[in-house]
This record gives sequence, C-alpha cells and structure tokens, in this order.
Amino acid sequence: MIQVISFYLFASILIASAAMVIFARNPVHSVLWLIVAFFNAAGLMVLIGAEFIAMLLVIVYVGAVAVLFLFVVMMLDIDFAELRAGFIKNVPLGLLLAVVLVAELILGVGAYRAGAVKLGIPEVGPATVSSSVPNIEAIGNLLYSKYIFLFESAGLILLVAMVGAIVLTHRRSHGTKGQNINSQNMRRPQDATRNVNQPVGQGVEL
Amino acid sequence: MIGIEHYLVVSSILFVMGVLGIFLNRKNVIIILMAIELILLAVNINLVAFSAFLSDLTGQIFAMFVLTVAASEAAIGLAILVIYFRGRGTIAVDDVNRMKG
Repeated sequence: MIQVISFYLFASILIASAAMVIFARNPVHSVLWLIVAFFNAAGLMVLIGAEFIAMLLVIVYVGAVAVLFLFVVMMLDIDFAELRAGFIKNVPLGLLLAVVLVAELILGVGAYRAGAVKLGIPEVGPATVSSSVPNIEAIGNLLYSKYIFLFESAGLILLVAMVGAIVLTHRRSHGTKGQNINSQNMRRPQDATRNVNQPVGQGVEL
Repeated sequence: MIGIEHYLVVSSILFVMGVLGIFLNRKNVIIILMAIELILLAVNINLVAFSAFLSDLTGQIFAMFVLTVAASEAAIGLAILVIYFRGRGTIAVDDVNRMKG
C-alpha cells in the first residue's frame, strides 16, 4: 500500500514540476523546478530498487548540472520577456503534437501490456540481478568487469566535454604577463652570461 | 499494484513534456536545454524500470552512460550559449541562421 501511495506521489509531483519547468516565466524558477523533478525521479528509482542510479541522479543532476544552469542563467543579462514573445503563438501546434505523441506512447504501453513481443528467452547472464548482492555492489561488479571499456570511454567523454567547455569559454586576457615555458627551457648559459676581466677603478659596462 | 506500465506511462508523459517545452519556448535556449534534460530523464526512468522489471542490471549501467552524456551535453551547450551571448548580446535562437557556412 505504501508503495502505491509513494509511487503516485512521486509521479504526480514529477510531472507537475516538469510542467512548471516549461511553463515558468522566469528561467531561475525553471531551474528550481527542474531540481524538484530530479529529486522525484530519484524517488521513483529508489522505489524499484535502483539506489545507485537514484543517488547518481541527485549528485550529478542536482549537484552539477542544475547548478551549472543556475550559474549561466544568473550570469547572462537577458531580457526574458522578449524571449517569451512567441510563446502563445506556438501553443496550439505544440499542444496538438504533445497530445498525438502521448496518445501514441500510451498506446504503445497498452500494446506492450497486451502481450510483449517475445524476442527470445531471457537468459541468466552476468547482469542478472541476484537478491543477495546489494544494488551498488552488483553494479560495481558489472561495471568494472564486463563494461570496463564503456566505463573508460564515459570518462573520456567527460574529459572531452570539460576541455571543450574550457576552450570555448576561455578568454585570453591582454595586459597580463604570463610565463613562457618554452623560451625558459630554450635559454642557454652562454646566451645569458659573459665573463669580463674587469680592470680596477673603472665602471662596469652592462 | 504498481507494474512496469505505470513507469512507462510516467516516463512517456515526461518525454512529451520535454518535447512540448522545446516547441513552446522556441526562442529561449536555456529552457530548450532544460527540456532536453527532461527528455533524457524520461529515457533514464524507462531504462531503470525495464532493468528492474527484467531483473537485468544492464539497463542501470546504460542509464549511467546516458547520465554521463547528458552532463557533458549540458556543459558544452551552456559553454556555446555563453560565447553566443558574448558575441550577440542576446540568446534568441530564431536568428541563429546568421552563422551560415
């Protein structure tokens, strides 16, 4: 019973906050509603026993992506009223498309419920869930053995994204003096110093 | 009793919310990026629901990769947004076609 109540609670708040994300007038409010949506999606995932993905959702989305959005929204000085100008004009077509799409998707779910297309007998493989191993441990076992190369390529994707974001937004500031490592390493003693037999009583010629 | 269908319906409604958000806020790139995040969240819910239903962990592993791609997409998208705003002083996307070629 408590599962049913919490499912409907999480699902309804998730959908309501998703609606607020796209209908809110102020993008800062949109970001905050997005955070609410992520929390409720994490709740839905905890409900079916995927704790690791749920915690990852909270950490990555709420902790990183939503805060990034918040930074950008607050950093850019944008006239948001002007951007909403075409909103009313787009409503009829958008709603029509949304209704068609949701009808199709729910029809698909209904067809699935009527009897799934059997593509084969599910086999007991390394990815099968066993009740004795906790979720996080099972994911770790699978991720570091069978999916190790995918895991490493995910790291590579994150690295490329980080480098790309820095390269795109980095501004070289003029007027500040930086260190040129190359010219420092190219420097030789004979170019920089000289030996002088200095006579007594005369000034040094520099 | 909650079955797989409930999760599928929730995730499809969420997906459609994302598509609708792209349609309605066609000028505001920030909201469009957030709508894309909603779509990816719907995909993740779908993957995790099927993973639990078929008791196969591969779906959850895949949801993690979707999460990775979503995070890097948000970072790159917002970086592009920042340099676009620096150059133009606005983020209205309906005149992006100025940058031809």
